Amino acid sequence: MTTPLIETRNVGKNFGALRASHDINFQLEAGARHALIGPNGAGKTTFINLLTGVLAPSTGQVLFKGTDITNVAQAERVKLGIARTFQINRLFRGLTVLENVYMAISERVGAAPFMLRPAGKRRDVIDESIELLETLKLADYAHLRVSELPYGRQRLVELAITLGLKPEVLLLDEPAAGVPSAESHIILDAVAALPKSIGVLIIDHDMDLVFRFAQYITVLVRGAIFAQGTPKEIGANADVRAVYLGQATHG
Amino acid sequence: MSAPTSAHEHPAARALAGRHRIRLWEIIPWLLAIAFYFAFPRYLGFGTELLVTILFAISLDLALGYAGIVTLGHAAFFGAGAYTAGMLAFHHIWSEPITGLIAAAVVAGAVGLGSGLVLLRTTGLTLLMLTLCTMALLEEAANLGGHYTGGFDGLPGIDIPPLFGMFEFNPLYPRVQYLYVLGVLFVCFVFVRTLVYSPFGQSLTGIRENTLRMHAVGAPVRVRLIVCYTISAAIAGVAGALWAQSNAYVNLSTLGLDRAATVLIILVLGGYGRLYGAFVGAVAYMALSHFLSKYFPTAWQLGLGLLLVVIALFARNGILGIFETLQRRIGIKRPSP
Repeated sequence: MTTPLIETRNVGKNFGALRASHDINFQLEAGARHALIGPNGAGKTTFINLLTGVLAPSTGQVLFKGTDITNVAQAERVKLGIARTFQINRLFRGLTVLENVYMAISERVGAAPFMLRPAGKRRDVIDESIELLETLKLADYAHLRVSELPYGRQRLVELAITLGLKPEVLLLDEPAAGVPSAESHIILDAVAALPKSIGVLIIDHDMDLVFRFAQYITVLVRGAIFAQGTPKEIGANADVRAVYLGQATHG
Repeated sequence: MSAPTSAHEHPAARALAGRHRIRLWEIIPWLLAIAFYFAFPRYLGFGTELLVTILFAISLDLALGYAGIVTLGHAAFFGAGAYTAGMLAFHHIWSEPITGLIAAAVVAGAVGLGSGLVLLRTTGLTLLMLTLCTMALLEEAANLGGHYTGGFDGLPGIDIPPLFGMFEFNPLYPRVQYLYVLGVLFVCFVFVRTLVYSPFGQSLTGIRENTLRMHAVGAPVRVRLIVCYTISAAIAGVAGALWAQSNAYVNLSTLGLDRAATVLIILVLGGYGRLYGAFVGAVAYMALSHFLSKYFPTAWQLGLGLLLVVIALFARNGILGIFETLQRRIGIKRPSP
């Protein structure tokens, strides 16, 4: 068996007496299209925060390609190739779309620490930014400030910044949340067009999206893994339907 | 279609690639400064003070306007620089002015580095209070260390040898001081301008705009902030040393809250994060206080207060922000500075 890209062993996180997550054994393989679902408050975002190093786990280990990264800081994990999008946009709102993407690429290629050369002279970074924006059909908006864009496009900028980091592990926290349904296909197309080699973990409430996208689904309930399996297995799982899918259909 | 050539031609790419180019109007402040020298020979003392204040405000703009480090204690570095240059010269250890500036920059930068390592772990109100504390500690140290610092009375009559061994500093006709300060201001400004348009400067803006996202793109946020704070402190130290050298004395006012608050007001007035906000704000503030205090000696601060209220309510981006809004209204496209 190949080493998974990212793996957790008995990971748990307590906030005081609250067990936000516990005993999570999770693996994401290269090329995987994995979905994480669960009711509100199941600890999905907490789990993403544990993977990216925003939170330190109370118990257990996080491994990247077999190496323990439990104590590796967030910025270092990004350099290793673990990148995420946020459930709520976290953008440089006062800057242009191009500058937003430039920021990520400039960090990745190591241009950012340089002080005495203008940012505009890093043509390589600018060119790569524009090309990335073209693939996401954002090039026409490159000169606009992010705050001037409609929310759906801002969501795409969120994705663009993350893709600029060329991650090996991509964690998408509700990428289509808040996007009008008429525009959500742009996000879905972009996700579908991601390079095959990277491992993608997507969190979403939208079951259509999850079942279309994922080859494998993990269901999280009250901070622990409740069930895992292919979309078919999860769809047929009576327990999952009871706690989650059932709720959804009954409203 | 997506060949690099087409990427170059993209208007946004061209704007970013040409952002750092010097625009024609940027020569205006320097022409005005030179014109001032010839037009108002009797006001050169005021002019020197103004230039020093501009440099101090630029140093604050780097930390506050670009990196978003909220500080109310920037006079700590101004004072550290002023006392370094002043004490070295007063005690006849080292009095050559230009190397004095370098010593001041090193000491102020070290104070910035040392305090930055501790305080840049915090943000917001805590950070504000800690910067204030740092300044208060230094002020009290200068007050108590009377043997070296002159204590409450400061160090009067510092003897500065002629610049380059030729140009004498004359306290009554500060022509040499004015040109000296103008030259140093220019050098420091060119450095800061280069810095803010560099990828490093861009990343500082990113930290200001969204710190959490900067962590998530893998930027070593705290290191960047500490480096920025240190550079800013060093420049503030140069401003302080210029003040000490051109006035030929140092006192506790260089370390006071009054000075720290004034420079903050100047930056807010002119527009922070804008490079030239320091110029506009310093000229507006100092000219206003000069004339207001002349004509309304008892209530001149009321006028400044009112102006500040108006700026805070209606023009968050300061005087330069007003111009930018006007420009946008009449439809002249200019990439954001």
